[in-house]
Amino acid sequence: MTEFILAKYNYWIYIFLMMTGFYATIAKKNLVKKVIGLSIFQTAVFLFYISIAKVKGGTAPIWMEGNPVYDNPLPHVLILTAIVVSVSTTAVALAIIILIKKQFGTVEEDKIMEILELNE
Amino acid sequence: MIEHLPILMIVVPLLSAVMTSVVGRIHRVLSWYLAVIVTALCFAGSVSLLSTVLETGRISYWLGGWEPPWGIEYAIDYLNAFVLCLVAFIAFIVTVYAKKSVELEIGEARLPLFYTVYLLFITGLMGIVVTGDVFNMYVFLEICSLAGYALIAIAGRREALMASFNYLVMGTIGATFILLGIGHLYMVTGSLNMADLAQRLPALYGSKVVQTAFAFFAVGLSIKVALFPLHNWLPNSYTYAPSVVSAIMAATGTKVAAYALIRVMFTVFHAEFVITGIQVNHLWTFFAAVAILAGSILAIAQTNIKKMLAYSSIGQIGYIILGVSLMNLTGVQGSLLHILNHALMKGTLFLVVGCVVYRLGITAIEDFKGLGKKMPFSMAAFTVGALSMIGVPLTVGFVSKWYLAMASLEAGMWYLVVVLLASSLLMAVYFWRVIDNIYFQPYEVGKIGEGPVLVDKESKPKDAPVLMLVPTIVAAVLCVFFGIFASLPLSIAEKASTILLR
Repeated sequence: MTEFILAKYNYWIYIFLMMTGFYATIAKKNLVKKVIGLSIFQTAVFLFYISIAKVKGGTAPIWMEGNPVYDNPLPHVLILTAIVVSVSTTAVALAIIILIKKQFGTVEEDKIMEILELNE
Repeated sequence: MIEHLPILMIVVPLLSAVMTSVVGRIHRVLSWYLAVIVTALCFAGSVSLLSTVLETGRISYWLGGWEPPWGIEYAIDYLNAFVLCLVAFIAFIVTVYAKKSVELEIGEARLPLFYTVYLLFITGLMGIVVTGDVFNMYVFLEICSLAGYALIAIAGRREALMASFNYLVMGTIGATFILLGIGHLYMVTGSLNMADLAQRLPALYGSKVVQTAFAFFAVGLSIKVALFPLHNWLPNSYTYAPSVVSAIMAATGTKVAAYALIRVMFTVFHAEFVITGIQVNHLWTFFAAVAILAGSILAIAQTNIKKMLAYSSIGQIGYIILGVSLMNLTGVQGSLLHILNHALMKGTLFLVVGCVVYRLGITAIEDFKGLGKKMPFSMAAFTVGALSMIGVPLTVGFVSKWYLAMASLEAGMWYLVVVLLASSLLMAVYFWRVIDNIYFQPYEVGKIGEGPVLVDKESKPKDAPVLMLVPTIVAAVLCVFFGIFASLPLSIAEKASTILLR
């Protein structure tokens, strides 16, 4: 039991963060809060990836003399790409929210649905 | 030059996307000319790749000369080349079509920006198809999706903005699940190359990490493919987007995501894993069958023709996933054929709707009355597309439905044949409503310009301009051509499915 929870505490942290972000995306009515939730969700995934890069007793993956054990640099590189993707997504989402604010006057999802249903 | 063709398929649209904004500053229409030239080059390149693959077999291109699995590999085999040709062809004809339609619906001021984002969308699509590396596939999937969100929202219509935002949230969740799946696979194998993963995974099939990875891939790609319970973003996105965007996304977006699903299911995780390991193919068959029926039934209830076609697309995606989930040779062949056929059929239908919006600004089915005489060529194309969707013999729809029905019988699931027939009948119901309005109802004056797009009040309901009409008719003719001379797609699909199911 202790093995299951305490030894893998990093995975529990990521699951908690991921579910927080996911909950915010689904349950919050404000569009900006949804985007924040999405960002938390994606950040949790990045942390998960980076945590698997750590090798026991490893040092930073920069070449040095001797024969040291290096950490795995590949997940870090993958996450750099994924962070760029996440930032672009957040940028597009916020741009769309600005346009929505101009068109609807509000960024609350339930009020937007009311306006859309009124116009149908 | 020729041996670098796989990477050129991506580099050329990517660089020209950047150049389009620059060129557009000189004169706006130049951006359209550049887009047409680029998509024509991509189409020529993809045909060349297809012919090379048909002669010599699988092409493997190492990016930067780095050997896989350390480097990124672009692997083109029959399935890739087939989908690549399809995507490049649809991109080319929609770009030719786009000139007039975009000028009306998006406005001349934003023309260069539109073509920039459009070319980025094409880059993303081609990248997903060409690559042989899972993480590279994720990156291109996100490029394609981001460009898609921007394309839907580009005209600034209210409903389109909300639709784009919903698509963004759902699509990003899907892509993040795919990223999680890739992470799990990397954790146990240390590799990201599809062929390498295929070699390393069979030893690990019992591992929970691999099963979790598959689950994440399945859900993430199902969101992108808009398979039944996760389809919610699709109807609004296709309905309120500009006509050109609806056409290109309906014809290529979900097909490429279906290709990615097939790649992950069959090449990375072999078919045995899906059947015996995690046994998810029955679940997929169930959801596909529900998608087929639900899509057709919901389409009957619509009054907006684009929404009707969008729900119809959900049903057609059910066909593709049905064939794949049956896991036999005929089924996968039927799915691959249906990828080609649906792209042609839906492309034709959405292009025709774009023609109607251009001339009359309407999208309600009621307002299609009497257009058979006023817009004869476009409506003829619509009729051909509709007949193909229903599955009349001599059209492409018949060929793929035949294969899917045979596959269902081979797998012993005769009730799926009933589902296929029922959905064809339902399709006949909702398409006949439109055809009835087109040909058998009198034209009502004064309906011009009452729809979502404002057109000139002087605009007469004559047929669409040549630049829009020719791509529509080409797509419609191909619907019939590949229905009669189906040997080339059939042989490619057969070779591709043999390799996939090995």
